[in-house]
Amino acid sequence: MSETAKPVLSDDHFTRSAGKQLGLYALAALGVLGGLMALLSFAVGGTGGGAGGGAIDSDNNSITITLRQEPPQLDSGRSTDAASFSVLGHVMEGLLSYDRAGQLIPGVAERWEIREDGATFWLRDNALWSDGKPVTADDFVFAWRRVVDPETGSQYAFITYPIKNAEAITNGDLPIQTLGVSAASDRQLEVTFEQATPYFDKLVAFITFLPAREDFFQSTNGRYAADADMLLYNGPYLLTDWVHGASMRWTKNPYYWNDEKGFLDEINVAYITTDVNAKLNLFKDAQIADTDLVAPMLPEAMERRWHIDRFMDGTVFFLEFNHREGRITKNKNFRRAMQLAQDPSELVYKVLKEAAYIPAESLFPSWIQGAGDLFRKQHPPTKHQMDIEKAREHLELARIELGLDAWPPIVLLTGDTPVSTLSAEYYQELFKRNLGLEVRIDLQTFKQRLAKMTSGEFDLVLSGWGPDYDDALTFGDLFSSWNLNNRGRYDSAEMDGYVRIAQSELDPVKRMQAFAEIQRLSYEDIVVLPMYERGWSFVVDPRLDGLIRRTVGPEVDYTYASIKRE
Amino acid sequence: MWSFILKRLAQGVITVWFIATATFFAMHNVPGDPLLNDRAMTAAIRANVEAKYGLDKPVAEQYVIYLGNLIRGDFGISFTQENREVNDIIREHFPVSATLGILAVLFAAAGGVLWGALTALYRNRMPDYVIMFFVILGISVPSFVIAAVSQLMLVGVNSALGVTLLPVAGWGTLSHMLLPALVLGLGTMAYLTRLMRSSMLEVISSDYVRTAKAKGLPAARIFTKHQLRNAILPVITVLGPSIAAITTGGFVVELVFAIPGLGRYFVQAVQQLDYTVIMGTTVFYGAFLVFMVIVVDVLYGLIDPRVRMQ
Repeated sequence: MSETAKPVLSDDHFTRSAGKQLGLYALAALGVLGGLMALLSFAVGGTGGGAGGGAIDSDNNSITITLRQEPPQLDSGRSTDAASFSVLGHVMEGLLSYDRAGQLIPGVAERWEIREDGATFWLRDNALWSDGKPVTADDFVFAWRRVVDPETGSQYAFITYPIKNAEAITNGDLPIQTLGVSAASDRQLEVTFEQATPYFDKLVAFITFLPAREDFFQSTNGRYAADADMLLYNGPYLLTDWVHGASMRWTKNPYYWNDEKGFLDEINVAYITTDVNAKLNLFKDAQIADTDLVAPMLPEAMERRWHIDRFMDGTVFFLEFNHREGRITKNKNFRRAMQLAQDPSELVYKVLKEAAYIPAESLFPSWIQGAGDLFRKQHPPTKHQMDIEKAREHLELARIELGLDAWPPIVLLTGDTPVSTLSAEYYQELFKRNLGLEVRIDLQTFKQRLAKMTSGEFDLVLSGWGPDYDDALTFGDLFSSWNLNNRGRYDSAEMDGYVRIAQSELDPVKRMQAFAEIQRLSYEDIVVLPMYERGWSFVVDPRLDGLIRRTVGPEVDYTYASIKRE
Repeated sequence: MWSFILKRLAQGVITVWFIATATFFAMHNVPGDPLLNDRAMTAAIRANVEAKYGLDKPVAEQYVIYLGNLIRGDFGISFTQENREVNDIIREHFPVSATLGILAVLFAAAGGVLWGALTALYRNRMPDYVIMFFVILGISVPSFVIAAVSQLMLVGVNSALGVTLLPVAGWGTLSHMLLPALVLGLGTMAYLTRLMRSSMLEVISSDYVRTAKAKGLPAARIFTKHQLRNAILPVITVLGPSIAAITTGGFVVELVFAIPGLGRYFVQAVQQLDYTVIMGTTVFYGAFLVFMVIVVDVLYGLIDPRVRMQ
């Protein structure tokens, strides 16, 4: 190769100079990106507000926390979900509220009286709205009338049905003025019952019974509770900032009467996320004061020597049978076979392994109060014994009764959460192994599962029930023939009779006996197969005291929380 | 040029109408019921709620009402966030997703072009192998894994340094955006790198580059004017749809980093059968996607004279 034939531009040379040029472009790109980002950060200033001051800020007496989801509805007359309940529990107060231990204490009402035909609540003088005006009996009358007003479309209107005419008004048969509630004076609220309601005091601690002031409500022009300044507060905290979907700020309410609540000056809800892993990372980074722990996180939490707390969220999960005519599960021997072939403790301890779950032994959870003591202490449920041999005998009886040659597949309807999927697979395997039954899992999203439950397209459904108020009736009336939440359509005159006694019997001992009968019947007639009572493990920053997780009422409660002083 | 743009816009409107109609009827035929909740409603309560949302009317009538509202730009009130108008939800949360998306696309485009050009330049040599290894990784590992792992690493870095170098989650300042935008753009960056690399290789061996070299043009000029400019065209073509895809597809990243974007409303609305939000977000994102494609078509004409001629 001669000297002259050498190309002007060798490949190596070209690559080098082109590479240099590329490097220059890269630098330029970095510069432009940096500039743009500075501009962007300026532009998005108002969209988040999520930057918190760390988990615990003792200088400002404030803490930073997360919410699981944006509260869908802070209008107490219409809210239906736990996230809204938790927020409202901090910024509003009803006639009654809960103490640290979960017992009812006076709220806006300083005393009350429940009679056979009605109730009277005497309101305290120093209960004030956040604009300084007193909370009056009229504010309750207005709020409760709104709940039953067909125009409001409140899904929880049913909970007011013990009040006279409530149901007829919701059905559009009577005007709202006929509701059995009136203000005898500013400080005295009179309630008339449809029928005796001995648990009415427990009922009014529920969110649907919170007050609302008419003049303020009208001034919001249909945007009541849509924003922080569209709600009037009477609880320990005020909602002073609300960036939808992103953050909230709860500030101590200067007008709140009770010195025993609201110790923190500010609670900063800096993050709204359902992602438990993101929350755990935020907690580890000391950005939030508390977080939930799910089973896979527990080993690490123990390794870090965190103080792990537990609480029962009140919900009982069970396999509900379809009792409609023509279903195999209508056959009692078949249900007995399934009952004898399973044991919930195996599900809880060997399959789910959630530390805070406990095996369910009854339709009534362990924490329900009886007359003077825990209900289950006074009326222990039937001790369940797994007995596969007996189960197979009952299955054979059922086969003969139903005139079947072979068992068709059993449809098990379930939701799509990890825990319900795992449970469904466990039962599929269990009933195959112990009874030789083929279980077909029908996995559905939340709304689709509800649609199928309502229309009865299932043999078994994995479902749960959480309490609305702190009384055994919140579980006890579930399988009365008229209860719409009785999705398996269990229908028995005996059950209905006990539920009627439980609803209106004034003698607490007799009333609890009725619940005991309901408990016995639900086991003996195998209405459902109890699975587990749900609980949560959680960890709190050691600098924070008094955070309460509740079984009934707002699920998480910071109103008694305070920062430890060194 | 103008008649071209107008024609594309008219096509776009028809596409959006089609999206709206298809979504409307598909949504109404999905099994399940938007009003069902944990607590069963009596027939009377249910009728009250139905009347509130206009669900008591026949579907055809609901469709006509819906189209009328759509023309007025009113998407209605959310079923699950009962106090919020869908317009407000989009107005408040789309800018967040868009900011995140733009940043991610910028990362992806800048990174893709630079890495792509670099690998083509050093083809079959060390830089090429190393970068392509990461490109394969970036394409095959799903974003939820990258998001979770990077967050976990950040926690480790923060606790090792003893200060919060970058916030672990949340939104509000530039430091909140950096990591999520990078994670969100990573997949696209990897894809663009590959695209840029192959397009660059094609250009490098083309006649006009050889001619330019033979003419004795300086290397930097050949690289910029003849190679880079021509090789970048396919990248720009996919950039438009990528912007839309990144902006609409940030759900996982938004979830992991607790970012108040529109993505989570988009996904959750479908799970919860929130009719108005489904319609609002779908039509909005559909229109956005169509618009981005039109923008790219116009841009393409500006860069490539051959397209303008047609």
